[in-house]
Amino acid sequence: MPVSKETLDEIALSQKEYQLIVERLGREPTEVELGLFGALWSEHCGYKHSKALLKQFPSSSKRVLVKPGEENAGVVDIGDGLVVVMKIESHNHPSAIEPYQGAATGVGGIVRDIFTMGARPIALMNSLRFGPLTDLHNRYLFGGVVGGIAGYGNCLGIPDIGGEVFFAECYSSNPLVNALCLGIAEAKHLVKAKASGEGNLLMLVGADTGRDGLHGASGLASRTFEEERELRSTVQVGNPFLEKLLIEACLELAETDWIAGMQDLGAAGLTSSAVESAARGGGGIEIDVLKVPRREKGMTAYEVMLSESQERMLVVAKKGYEGKVKALFDRWDLRSDIIGRVTGDGLTRIREGKKVVAEAPVNLLISPPAYLRQVKKPEWLNKLQAFDITSIPDVSQRKANSALLRLLASPNIASKLCVYRQYDHQVGNNTVVLPGSDAAVLRIKGTKRAISLTTDGNARYCYVNPYLGGVIAVAEAARNLACSGAQPLAITDCLNFGNPEKDDVYYQLKECTSGMARACRELKIPVISGNVSLYNETKGEAVYPTPVVGMVGLIQDVAKHCTFGFKNEGDLVFLLGDSQIVDSSIGGSEYLEVIHGIIKGNPYIDLGMEKRLQRCCLEAIKRGLINSAHDCSEGGLGVALAESCLPNELGFVSHDWNIKGRLDAALFGEAQSRIVISVAPKAAWKLERLAARHQISTTRLGKVGGKRLTLKGCIDLSLKQVGEAWRGGLEKLL
Amino acid sequence: MKFGIIIFPGTWSDRDCFYALNDILKQKTNYIWHKETDLSQYDCVILPGGFSYGDYLRPGAIARFSPVMTSLEQFTSRGKLVIGICNGFQILCESGLLPGALLPNDHLEYRCQWTHLKAENTSAVFTSQCQKGQVLKIPISHYEGRYYADDATLAELEAERRIIFRYATSAGQITESANPNGSLHNIAGIINKKGNVLGMMPHPERACEPLLGSIDGNLIWESIIAGI
Repeated sequence: MPVSKETLDEIALSQKEYQLIVERLGREPTEVELGLFGALWSEHCGYKHSKALLKQFPSSSKRVLVKPGEENAGVVDIGDGLVVVMKIESHNHPSAIEPYQGAATGVGGIVRDIFTMGARPIALMNSLRFGPLTDLHNRYLFGGVVGGIAGYGNCLGIPDIGGEVFFAECYSSNPLVNALCLGIAEAKHLVKAKASGEGNLLMLVGADTGRDGLHGASGLASRTFEEERELRSTVQVGNPFLEKLLIEACLELAETDWIAGMQDLGAAGLTSSAVESAARGGGGIEIDVLKVPRREKGMTAYEVMLSESQERMLVVAKKGYEGKVKALFDRWDLRSDIIGRVTGDGLTRIREGKKVVAEAPVNLLISPPAYLRQVKKPEWLNKLQAFDITSIPDVSQRKANSALLRLLASPNIASKLCVYRQYDHQVGNNTVVLPGSDAAVLRIKGTKRAISLTTDGNARYCYVNPYLGGVIAVAEAARNLACSGAQPLAITDCLNFGNPEKDDVYYQLKECTSGMARACRELKIPVISGNVSLYNETKGEAVYPTPVVGMVGLIQDVAKHCTFGFKNEGDLVFLLGDSQIVDSSIGGSEYLEVIHGIIKGNPYIDLGMEKRLQRCCLEAIKRGLINSAHDCSEGGLGVALAESCLPNELGFVSHDWNIKGRLDAALFGEAQSRIVISVAPKAAWKLERLAARHQISTTRLGKVGGKRLTLKGCIDLSLKQVGEAWRGGLEKLL
Repeated sequence: MKFGIIIFPGTWSDRDCFYALNDILKQKTNYIWHKETDLSQYDCVILPGGFSYGDYLRPGAIARFSPVMTSLEQFTSRGKLVIGICNGFQILCESGLLPGALLPNDHLEYRCQWTHLKAENTSAVFTSQCQKGQVLKIPISHYEGRYYADDATLAELEAERRIIFRYATSAGQITESANPNGSLHNIAGIINKKGNVLGMMPHPERACEPLLGSIDGNLIWESIIAGI
C-alpha cells in the first residue's frame, strides 16, 4: 500500500475509491494520475453523491437545446435564431476563507462558463446567505463578498440585476455565495467545449499558471474544513481586466471557423478542462506541462495540472489555423501558447518534456462511482414539524403596527438597495426592471421580447420540510416570473448542503431534490444546468438545506411587463389565489422567527392551484387587466401590501375585513399561491371573470390611495414610517 | 455628421453608445480601436465608460498614453467635438484636455443609480437643445466620480460658465443630498475653455428610450447633432 491516508485525505478520496482506481487502471496510479483522479472524482467535478439524485430533474422541452452536463451551461431557444445560455455556480468555500476574492472569482468563473460557449454575458445575479450582521465576522464576510462581486462584475461591464440576500444563524462563518450568469447568442455561433479532431491543437490562453487554487475542487469544495484559515492561500485572486479582454477576444473567435471547441479553466484547472473536453470529443489528449507558461519557478507537473489560476481558457484550434488564432489573441494583448494536441487513442497523456507523467483512459477519469443511499427521516424533523400554533399568543390589534414595522426592517425583508446600488445594473442598455422587484426584466434588442430572471430558495422552509421546501423553491421562482408577465423557460439550480456522508444531510438532499423535481414536472419547467456545493459545515453543523433556483422566463411583448408597485390612485387591490387563511401558515415564517424566535412548523402548497394561479396572472398581465402584481412571500400579506405602496408612494386603504381565525396568520402567514394585484375599477369585473375561469379565487382587499397604509382595525401607518423601516432595515446594521 | 467611439482595452460603454447613436438616433457611427490614429473622418469622438486597463493604477492613467490620444489632441485643436463619459471623463482629465481630477466617491462605494442633472449653461454646444435650467434624469455608475480641482480652477470654471451639469434634486435644487459622490460644487460635467470638449460622469447613452426610464440623454446627443 504505497499511498498514505493523509495523501488521500488531501485529495478527498476514500480508501475504497483508491482501490477502485488501482483495479480499473490495473496498477498503482502515479502521483500526477492520483491528482487527476482526486480532482475529477471530487464532488465538485464528479457529483459522486448527487448524480443519482439530479437525474430526477426533467431536462427537456421543445426549447431546450443543451441539457445539464452536456456543455458548460444550458441553452434554451428564445426564437428568431437567438438562444439564452445560463448557469449558476457556488463559490461558498473560497468566500468563507477570503470573501472579496472568493466572491470575485466566483463571478469570473461563471462568466467564463457563458462566453466559452460563444454567448455574450448580458446579466449576472447573486444569491447570498450570511449569518446575522450583529456579528462582526459576518459583517466582514458580507462586506467582502458584496465588494468582490461589485469589484469584479463592474469591471466587466455586465449588469448585475439582483438576486437574493438572506440571513440566518446557520450561515455564520459559512456564507453561501452563488453566482448566476446569463448570456445571449445566435444559435449558429454556439461553441462546443469539445476537444475533437485528431491533430488539432490545444492552446492555453490568458493568465500564466501559478500555484494558486491548488486542490480547490477536491480540497475546498469536497470536504468540511474546520482548519479553514490554513487554506487561505488556496483561494485564487481575480483579474477582471484580463477577463474582460478574454470575453471580447473569445467572442470574436466564436464567430470564426478556426476552432473545434473552447473550454474555460475552472475548478481543477487544466485537468478538468482538458479531460472533460476530450471526453466530449470522444478521443484523447496529450499535454506537455513544460509548454504551460508559469508565473512561478519550480512548479511540478502535478501543480501545473491542478492549479486553479483564474482567467485562463483552453482553445482547440483546427490544425493549420493556430497562427490566425494566435494573431487574434495578440491583438487583444493576450498570451496564447500551444500546450498539446488532440489524439485518437482515448487516453489522457500528460508529459513533462519527453517523460510521460500520467497516462490514463479519459473515460475512467470521468467515471467516478455514483452513490445512492437509503436513509430515514431524522426524528428531530418530526419534532420541528409538530409545532402547535396555539402555543404562542396571537398578535393583538394594538401590536400589529409594530409587528409589521419589525418585519419590514428585518434584514431578510428590508430593501437590499444598499447592496445592489454597488453593482452596475444598467450597463448594456437592456435593464427594463431594476433589481428589487420580484424578477428583473431585460429586453432583447432587435425584438419585441424580453426575458425575466429571478433566483429563489427559502431555506427555512427546506429546513423544516426539505421536500416541500424544494417544491416551493421552484413554485415561488415561477410565481415571481409570472408577476413580471413572463412564461418560465428553464431553471439553473445550485444545491447548497452539508456533508452528504451524514445520513441527516443526505436525507435533506434527497427529499429536497425530489420536491424540486416534482414541481418542475408539474409546472413543466426543465432544469438545464446547475451546480452542487456540499460540505457546507462549520464546526460540524450543516447550513440549512439551501437549494437556489435561478429561473429565466420569456415575455413576448416587453411593453406588457408588470411591476409590483401600485400605479394609480383609486385602483382596486385584490388578492389573487388562496383565500383560505389557515392558522398553520405561520409555520416556518419570517414572522415566527422575528417576533417569537421560533423556527418550526410545516409549509404547505397545492401545486394544482399554483399552476392555475400563475396561468391566470400571466393572462391578466397579457390582456392588460392589471397594473401591479406582487408575490406574497416572506412576511405574508401585510408585507406584500406595504411593499406595493413604496415604489410610487401610493397608500392603501382596506375594506372592512372580516378575519376569521388568527390575526397573525391573516397578516403575516406565508400561505403559498397568493399574489397581490391592483386593477383599474372598470377592469375589475373582467379580472374576476378571468380568475373564475381559471378556478382561482379573488378577494377584494381595498383601494390604492392616500399616503398611509391602513388595514382597518389593525394597521395604520404613514408611508414615511413604512418606508423608513423597509429602507433602513439592512443599511443600519452595516 | 459622423460619430466615432474609441475602444480602449477594458472599455464597456462602447456598445451602449453605439446603440444610442446608430440605432436610436440613426447617426453614422464607427468604432475606433485605441491604436488607430486617423480621426479625419469624424465630427464627434466619444470616449465611453468602462475600466480602461482595469483602472488598476488610476482611472485613465494608462489609457491617456494610447496612440489615439495624440490624434485626439489635434482633433480637439481643430475645434471638433469630443465627449468623455465616466471613464472617458477620467481619461480626458488625466490627459489634460480637461482640468481637475475624479477622486474616489466620498462614501468609498461604487454607486449605480439615477441622478438628476441641472443644465447650467445652455449656450454650450452640448446643451443647446436643453431649456435653461432644465433638469435631466441620467444615471451614474462609478467608483471614482468625485470631481476635484483647486480653488483657482473652480473659480475659473464658474466664471467662464464651464460647469455644464450639476447634480440636483428632481426639482433642480443644488443640494448636498442630491450629490451622489461628494463632487465639489456638485459638478457632474464640465467643458474645456474652447467649449468643444465635454466630460461628464453620468451616462447619457443609458437615457435614450422611454422603456429604460428616461430619454433626457437624447438632449445632449441632439445638441451635438444640431451643433455641427
